Amino acid sequence: MHIQTTHDVATPISRRRWLAATAGLVLGLAGITGAKAADDTIKVGVLHSLSGTMAISETTLKDTILFLIDEQNKKGGVLGKKLEAVVVDPASNWPLFAEKARELITKDKVAVVFGCWTSVSRKSVLPVFKELNSILFYPVQYEGEESERNVFYTGAAPNQQAIPAVDYLMKEEKVKRWVLAGTDYVYPRTTNKILEAYLKSKGVAQDDIMINYTPFGHSDWQTIVADIKKFGSAGKKTAVVSTINGDANVPFYKELGNQGIKATDIPVVAFSVGEEELAGIDTKPLVGHLAAWNYFESIKTPANEKFIKEWQAYTKNPKRTTNDPMEAHVIGFAMWVKAVEKVKSTDPDKVIDALPGIEAPNLTGGISKMLPNHHITKPVFIGEIKADGQFNVVYKTKDLVPGDAWSKELEGSKDLIGDWVGKKCGNYNVKTNKCLGSGT
Amino acid sequence: MLANAFCRAIAIAAILIAFALPAFAGPFEDAVGKFANDEFSDTEEAIGVVAASGNPLAYPIISALQEERLMADPDTKKVYIKQADGKIIDAATGEAVAALPDRASAVSLNNRLRRTLDAALGGLTLLSPDPATRITAAQSVFKSREESVLPTVESALAKETNKAAKTALGEARAAILLFKPDASEVDKLEAVATIKARGDQEAMAMLSAVGSDQPQSVVKAAAAGVSAIQSKLAMWSGVQNAWYGLSLGSVLLLAAIGLAITFGVMGVINMAHGEMVMLGAYTTFVVQDLIRSNNPALFDYSLLIAVPLAFLVAGLVGILVERTIIRFLYGRPLETLLATWGLSLILQQAVRSAFGPTNREVGNPSWMSGAFELGQITITYNRLWILCFTLAVFALLLLMLRFTALGLEMRAVTQNRRMAASMGIATSRVDALTFGLGSGIAGIAGVALSQIDNVSPNLGQSYIIDSFMVVVFGGVGNLWGTLVGAFTLGIANKFLEPVAGAVLGKIAILVLIILFIQKRPRGLFALKGRAVEA
Repeated sequence: MHIQTTHDVATPISRRRWLAATAGLVLGLAGITGAKAADDTIKVGVLHSLSGTMAISETTLKDTILFLIDEQNKKGGVLGKKLEAVVVDPASNWPLFAEKARELITKDKVAVVFGCWTSVSRKSVLPVFKELNSILFYPVQYEGEESERNVFYTGAAPNQQAIPAVDYLMKEEKVKRWVLAGTDYVYPRTTNKILEAYLKSKGVAQDDIMINYTPFGHSDWQTIVADIKKFGSAGKKTAVVSTINGDANVPFYKELGNQGIKATDIPVVAFSVGEEELAGIDTKPLVGHLAAWNYFESIKTPANEKFIKEWQAYTKNPKRTTNDPMEAHVIGFAMWVKAVEKVKSTDPDKVIDALPGIEAPNLTGGISKMLPNHHITKPVFIGEIKADGQFNVVYKTKDLVPGDAWSKELEGSKDLIGDWVGKKCGNYNVKTNKCLGSGT
Repeated sequence: MLANAFCRAIAIAAILIAFALPAFAGPFEDAVGKFANDEFSDTEEAIGVVAASGNPLAYPIISALQEERLMADPDTKKVYIKQADGKIIDAATGEAVAALPDRASAVSLNNRLRRTLDAALGGLTLLSPDPATRITAAQSVFKSREESVLPTVESALAKETNKAAKTALGEARAAILLFKPDASEVDKLEAVATIKARGDQEAMAMLSAVGSDQPQSVVKAAAAGVSAIQSKLAMWSGVQNAWYGLSLGSVLLLAAIGLAITFGVMGVINMAHGEMVMLGAYTTFVVQDLIRSNNPALFDYSLLIAVPLAFLVAGLVGILVERTIIRFLYGRPLETLLATWGLSLILQQAVRSAFGPTNREVGNPSWMSGAFELGQITITYNRLWILCFTLAVFALLLLMLRFTALGLEMRAVTQNRRMAASMGIATSRVDALTFGLGSGIAGIAGVALSQIDNVSPNLGQSYIIDSFMVVVFGGVGNLWGTLVGAFTLGIANKFLEPVAGAVLGKIAILVLIILFIQKRPRGLFALKGRAVEA
């Protein structure tokens, strides 16, 4: 929690700021001259792991950006120039993300970077983007509690995924008892903290909430599934809210299926399981378990059908699935292109100022808008797993939900807002009318 | 085209019949038509009407809906049943139809509808001639507590001769009566007793759900029932933890057993051991993939076919690695560690390039799916089979080392290389074979692990640390030590987990091992004698 006020820190920080500004100026100049020297392409950086543990999720996003660039170039590129992708492999290694980001910005002189998956990789590149003043589009659902000038968050904030999912279970399934199960790192911990506060505000007793964390890649779920079963036999309808990440999901769902926990008894709603993850499991025992996302491949809209067709043609794989973070990149990319065309320049400062307010169609039939807090508006869908590994949408929010950078449920952040248009501040306290340090 | 024309003809005929004989278009037909709207609320309404109609088509429709074989054409609002044998019939009339219209798609379900369906199906199959079906039906009635089926349950109960079915029906009746507002207090008390006798978690859940709106005596009896079941379940939870521990231990043993050969017996720090496991898992995937596309009937045997193949693939890769890399590095543990670490990265990336970075689906054969109840604990078949399989592999390996010529040579070479060489044993050939054997066993482990874990390029990484831990803890160079070490760690982990949580439990185990190694640096079963110094 930040307890410092701006004037307290003004003196010590000003020197660092001055240094950063000078460095930024020098590099900025270098960037301009470099850009002049570079010929008629605009470079787009792609910062996704192509090897290591995260390759399973991130490789698809690299392909997505290449696909989008290809499509844009077919339409004549941007500002009359062709786009050129610069792909680097940070190899699921968090410090390497920062190094590769620096390389992309200073050496390759990219105009924008699309990248990162885990929060820790995003936190690792943040100082680089601030120092070198470039733009990062981050496409994955995350824990919120952040709003930075150089980052645009096109994935869901907790209020665009977790809260609507819990609301759905409370209303439709009359769930009274909750298991919050997650992998032990920042996203599940923060999300569960938000959910716990939210559930308590809805009158759920402490005894009716069970929180459980497991290590990364946990593969022996026998005890935990048995615990869930036991927790669920207290005579109240029980549901599991899962923030279990990545590979650990497969053995978890297998154990659920084998121990005979059906979705009709104890439904599991997951925030990290999409079409891609289900491709590795026999989904028959999982039918009816839920996932909450802002996009599902099975949603039937002309835009989505066209996207899937072109994507499968581009990857030459008629079975290639699409997923939520891919759609986030589609929206983010379209927004960046619009902003660049609006200011007729790829200069980061101009583009950053132009982006809030830019609108781009999402694949599910709505128009998403970039907000002053650098998050976007998105619809929320709840889907049930079908036997073919796709989702059957059972609920959709009426309107697009604006993303909250700072959760309204948590004590420390409920008075904060991110506003890069009016206040020029990422963590502005509306009660004390002060910017808590992440301003320009 | 022809099929379309035919369908249209039938549709027209159906309309004509409907007009000619208005008496036929009763509530049943109306209800069936509602399925075509594919709206959850309409479907729910239709299920209720169809289930209560007494029409002979009710059961086929409900069961088809549950298995997503009920197809609806949104244009003509006609509903069809796709039978298990692929034939199509009209859901409203039962007449055969030549082909499905192109636009027809399965009527979609959600969890609430699935529960409604289970209840409806339970009511419809209570009088089935097959006792197993009757038991399933009674169990779904027990869960749904649907009051409207009470007369059916009672008439079924009166006729029932099968003992298990009778118990299940009795429990179903008790469940309905307990929550029926106008049931008498005596009936309710009897119901509480019946449910208490069932004694499992579901019974406990039901008794806990008894609200304060029930008569005082019933609430009291239910509370007493809950605490009785609870104390019984608490007793079982110790047994359950022990079983989970054995099962985790068997997975650890399986992963470590190959390493016990390459590291334990040969002394090679093989960081690529996990990748041999991964190769075995991918062999299983390839075998299943070929079987799926060529001969689906063999699917249940896919693992039996994969075991020898995985042994060969991983074993051959092991021999290749030994001949090309490791044999130049004997006696240089640090270089071996680095070389095999690099090798593991190469193998991972090779598999990633060949099969893609995403998980591959390896299915469970039918005999490895599901679970059975032993007392109050659930034992899943896949874990049980893995335990048996691990013990079999262990026994085979032990016998091989003890009673075959190769086993003798292996022991001779690892205990005293120079003496073995001077006795005429080709030591370098034995080295290659030993390494191949260790790798091959890792490959077999991969077949089993593909059943419980992801088949991804990272599969091996999650087992390498655990494997080293088991071998070091058990005592390097001793297979029995590996066995005892694996089961000790498994059981200790599973008894710690409910108390400390999965993350802290794992840390606690690591700390305990560090302390243990301080006290006994050579592990549980240390080798003694001159071989140790060699």
